Amino acid sequence: MSTEELKNSITAILPSSTFDETGEFLNVVITSEELLPLMNTLRTKSEFDFDFLFCLTCIDWKDHLMMVYHLLSKTHQHTLVIKAKIADRNNAQIETVCNIWRTAEFHEREVFDLFGVKFINHPDLRRLFLSDDWVGHPLRKDYTDENMISL
Amino acid sequence: MRGLIGEDILTEEGEFIINMGPQHPSTHGVLHLKIWLDGETVKRIQPNLGYIHRSIEKMSESLSYRNFIFATSRMDYLAAHVNNEACALTVEKGLQLEVPQRAKVIRTILSELTRLQSHQLWWGCTGLDLGGVTPFFYAFREREAIMEIFEETCGARLTQNYMVPGGIMYDVHPNFQKRVKDVMIQIKGKFEEYDNIMTGNVILENRLKGVGYLSKEDALSYGVTGPTARASGLSCDLRKSNPYSAYDQVQFDEILDTGGDCYARYMVRMREMRQSVSIIEQLIDNIPEGDFQAKTKNVIKLPKGEFYQRVETPRGELGVFIVSDGAASPYRIKYRSPGFSNLSALPIMAKGGKIGDLVAIMATIDLVIPDIDR
Repeated sequence: MSTEELKNSITAILPSSTFDETGEFLNVVITSEELLPLMNTLRTKSEFDFDFLFCLTCIDWKDHLMMVYHLLSKTHQHTLVIKAKIADRNNAQIETVCNIWRTAEFHEREVFDLFGVKFINHPDLRRLFLSDDWVGHPLRKDYTDENMISL
Repeated sequence: MRGLIGEDILTEEGEFIINMGPQHPSTHGVLHLKIWLDGETVKRIQPNLGYIHRSIEKMSESLSYRNFIFATSRMDYLAAHVNNEACALTVEKGLQLEVPQRAKVIRTILSELTRLQSHQLWWGCTGLDLGGVTPFFYAFREREAIMEIFEETCGARLTQNYMVPGGIMYDVHPNFQKRVKDVMIQIKGKFEEYDNIMTGNVILENRLKGVGYLSKEDALSYGVTGPTARASGLSCDLRKSNPYSAYDQVQFDEILDTGGDCYARYMVRMREMRQSVSIIEQLIDNIPEGDFQAKTKNVIKLPKGEFYQRVETPRGELGVFIVSDGAASPYRIKYRSPGFSNLSALPIMAKGGKIGDLVAIMATIDLVIPDIDR
C-alpha cells in the first residue's frame, strides 16, 4: 500500500488518529487507549499484514511519554510508525502488544525498566537490565542519581 | 533442597532449577540463564540480562553527534565498523548529506571484512563449544590477517571508530588494496579446509542436525534477523532489500535455508563467508578516486525530527533511531540490536531439547552479550 492508501485505510478504522509525514516513514499518532484494537487490525487484516515489529521504544517528552512502534509488512513491504501518547507520566500504563508480536515481550520489559511504563496484561513484567531494587527509571529526563556525572 | 542464592532448586512438579552463567564459558560473555529441567530435558528457560549494561543510550544523550558513535564500537565489539556505519548513516540521513563514492566503497569493503572476521570467530568458537579445539586455531589464523588490515587502516583492532558522519575519518593506507587482495586469496583457499575439518564431520552433524528448531513464523514474530532467521527461510537481508553504502553496486546472493535447525544456521554462515569474499573482490579494484569525507560543520546539529537507519550486521538487523530536538546532542537514541531479539527466541528453540544441546543452540545464534545489554 502506498502512504496515501495507508492513510485513508487507517482514517477509516480510527477517525481520531492524526498523521505526521515529515520523516521517512508515515507516523500515526493515537492515544494509549486506542492502541490495542488498532494494532490487532494492522496485524490480522490481510491488506495491512504488518507481521514484523522491528522496533519498539519510548520517548520522554517531559510533559508526556510517547510509545513508538515501528511496523513492517514482509508481504507488502510497507512501513508504518504508530505513536501512542501516554499523558499521565506518574501512572504511565498501556496495553501490551506481545500477544500480537512475541518480540514485544523483551522490548516492553526494557521500556518498563528504563521508562517506568506499565504494560497491562504483560506475562512477565520485571526489570530487564537493572536490579529489581533499583529506584527510578534512568531514561526519563527527570531522573537524577547522586553518582551521575555529566559528560 | 536449597540453592546457593536461597531459592528452592526443586519445584513442586519435580523440576530441577539450575543456573547457567553468568560466568559460563559457552555463553560468550556474562549471560545468565535460569533453566528448569526435567531430568536432562529443558522445560523452561529464563534469560537474565544486564550484567554488562553500560547505559550507552543514556550516555549518548549528553554526547555530540560526533562523539556518540564511539560508544557503539563497544556494543557489538565484533562488528564495530558496522555499528559505526549505522550511526554515521543515520546522522547523514538527518543532515541530508551525500557521502563521496570513495567513502561508500571503502565502507562496504570494511563492513564485509567485518562480517568475514566475525563469522570466522563464530566458526572457531562453535567448534570450541562443541568440543573441538582445532577449528579455533584455524579460524584465528585467517582472522588475524583481517585484524591486521583493520589495524593498518585505522590503528585499532576491535574498537575502530573509523566511520564518521560524512564518510571515513582518514584515507586508507596505501597498502590497503594489495593487502586485502592477498588476504582474500589466502582465505578462499582455506574454505575447503574449514569444510573438511568441521562441516562434513560426523560428530558435528550429529550435534547440530535437528537441534534447536525455529520455524519461520516464530522467527518473524520474535523479530529474529540475520543468519539465524535466514536459516529458517525468512528473507531479511537488508543489504538486498534496503541497500545502503555501495551494496546496490555489487552482485551477491542472499543465503537462505529452510532447515531451521542448528545445522541450517551453521551452513548459512559458512555460505555467507563466501559471498562476503565475492563482494570484496568486486569492489577492491574499483575504489574510485576522490574525497573520502564530505564537508561537515564542526558542531553537527540535526534538524528537528526522527531518523531511523537499518543496517545488516553479521548478527542481523541493527536499527539506529535518533530523535532530535535541534540541539547539538541527540534528544533520544534507541539501538535496536540484533542479538537482543535473537536471544528472546532462545527459550522456544531450546524448549523440549536436552541441556547439552543448549550449548549448540547458543553457539549457532552467535550471541554477543554487550550487544544485547548495551
